[in-house]
Amino acid sequence: MSAPFFQAEGISVQFGGLKAVDGVSFHVDKGEVFTIIGPNGAGKTTVFNIISRIYNPTAGRIMLEGQEVTKLPAHRIAGLGIARTFQNIELFEHATVLQNLLIGAHVHRTTNPLAEALFLPSVKRAEVALRERVEEVIDLLDLAVHRDAMVAGLPYGARKVVELGRALCTRPKLLLLDEPSSGLNVEETEDMAFWIEDITRDLGITVIMVEHDMTLVSRVSDRVMAMNQGRVLAMGQPAEVQRHPAVVEAYIGTPAAAAELERAAS
Amino acid sequence: MRFIFKTRYEQDIELFQHGGKVFWYGLLMAVLLVAPVFVSPYVLTQLSQVCIYAIVAVGLMLLAGFTGQLSLGHAAFMAVGAYTQGVLVTAGVPFFVGIVAAALFAAAVGVIVGLPALRVKGLYLGIATLAFGTIIEEIIARAEHVTGGNAGLMVPPVNLFGWRFADGPSFYYLCLAFAVAATLIVINILRSPTGRAFVAIRDSEISAQSMGVNLAFYKTLSFAISAAFAGVAGGLYAHNIRFLSPDQFTVVQSIELVMMVVIGGLGSVHGAIYGAAFLIALPQMINAVKPFLPLFLSEATGLQPTVFGAVLILVVLFEPLGIYGAWLKTRTYFDLFPFYRQGMFRRQKAFQKSDRLK
Ligand SMILES: Nc1ncnc2c1ncn2[C@@H]1O[C@H](COP(=O)(O)OP(=O)(O)O)[C@@H](O)[C@H]1O
Ligand SMILES: [Mg+2]
Repeated sequence: MSAPFFQAEGISVQFGGLKAVDGVSFHVDKGEVFTIIGPNGAGKTTVFNIISRIYNPTAGRIMLEGQEVTKLPAHRIAGLGIARTFQNIELFEHATVLQNLLIGAHVHRTTNPLAEALFLPSVKRAEVALRERVEEVIDLLDLAVHRDAMVAGLPYGARKVVELGRALCTRPKLLLLDEPSSGLNVEETEDMAFWIEDITRDLGITVIMVEHDMTLVSRVSDRVMAMNQGRVLAMGQPAEVQRHPAVVEAYIGTPAAAAELERAAS
Repeated sequence: MRFIFKTRYEQDIELFQHGGKVFWYGLLMAVLLVAPVFVSPYVLTQLSQVCIYAIVAVGLMLLAGFTGQLSLGHAAFMAVGAYTQGVLVTAGVPFFVGIVAAALFAAAVGVIVGLPALRVKGLYLGIATLAFGTIIEEIIARAEHVTGGNAGLMVPPVNLFGWRFADGPSFYYLCLAFAVAATLIVINILRSPTGRAFVAIRDSEISAQSMGVNLAFYKTLSFAISAAFAGVAGGLYAHNIRFLSPDQFTVVQSIELVMMVVIGGLGSVHGAIYGAAFLIALPQMINAVKPFLPLFLSEATGLQPTVFGAVLILVVLFEPLGIYGAWLKTRTYFDLFPFYRQGMFRRQKAFQKSDRLK
């Protein structure tokens, strides 16, 4: 049997006494949308930060296509084909949308600083080529109206899309989306769902997503993993995980409280 | 009002995005080229100084304004360049070889001074670079057999292919050529992947990293380029002043250089040049108004630093984008007249107060 596309094996991270992530293992197949759910503080973002090498795991390892990710420095991750967005948007605020997307294409630069200082014809050609690729993303995500706007002046919804676009400009194999729909209105969430479907179906990108909106989760996910207090509670089909007693309990409290709530709802 | 319709990607990449810019920069260039005909030799020396400081300013802007790294060691980089040039030229080395050596040596020192940037940010980085700067100043004062120590070092005039660029117009043109070249290099870097990596580091280190930007490499590169520029400027400065001593390159000078880019307007190449002009013009303006001041003021020591500090405070409080920001607003006001509205630039202001140089 060949190694899975992506695999996390027993990853753990501790902040002081707090085990933010505690022995989490999962794998993701190529082309899948794999969603991590769980209440706030469950350790979902921390899992992303371990994958993107912002945190060093105290135990465990991450493998992408049989290569160990956990040995590389953070800036090598994008080149490997892993891109991400951030829960609290981390854009380059005082650059234009276009510049943000071009920075997304940084791993594909072909010129060196010396040639750039003189802006040799090769640099100009490379810049035009980079631009053409970035424009594809601008078209895909309908970002043309904002192309030359400063990110700092954009509405929240647009910034989320720019962040998605920036991640796509790295041409990833694996895309990590941290709460892509949080803060978006119904219409924007709908767009986001379409884009996630497009990204997986048309661009063939594998997605790991952290998300709270269960409608979106059920719609786009192939498999779901539920976490609480740094541990995995359940894993499987979206509907099955949502009904799992441990998951219900984590979200609502005790099973009794859950039953109470269900009674009230019916 | 002007709308620029873009039809090709090259348009964003080109140096001048519309004919108007070609015209205005052309005019500026023409004025600078004929200046020696109209101004006194003294003013010409000052213009040379503006060119020299413009080189430092665009380099420091790249580091502080575009990479977000504070350096309080730039006077030391200038010193490294000035002394390298002074010592080499005295030993008979040709001018251009000296300048290249000054740039490379200053860049090497810049890499070392920039090392703390890999660990600390903002004010802590400022303090670390300040400490390095002080050490370099001290080394220069102690290495008497090479630098002449506190007694100083005489520097001969520029000699290019047997031609003396001693003073007046020829030296001014030399400085102008270097300043234009330095500005073009910075603009070129800024419209390339390297410049965008710098901006990425300035705005968010965490996502810069996740986009594949090697923080250590680009921070070090920014320090090296910035220091090399200061080194070249130092080399020219040595020829302009003709006498070097360590007290020309103290922490106070470093702070003045940072003030220069802040007052000019952080995050803009124009601002760097305005800042350089301001830095050189301020003492002249103060001297010009001195006769009209009451005696206790005109005789007071430290008048210049006080005025400088006051301007800095006013800029930080009221116009965080500096002279360039003020100019932008004026221009926008006329462009949009009568539709200009109050608070149009407010968002930028709020940011400048909190974020930059974080
Ligand atoms: N850098 C950090 N330092 C200390 N504690 C942290 C850090 N990052 C996350 N934590 C803690 O780890 C736990 C998990 O956080 P996180 O992964 O952000 O949760 P979420 O599932 O909501 O994304 C939380 O209790 C959080 O406070
Ligand atoms: Mg989170």
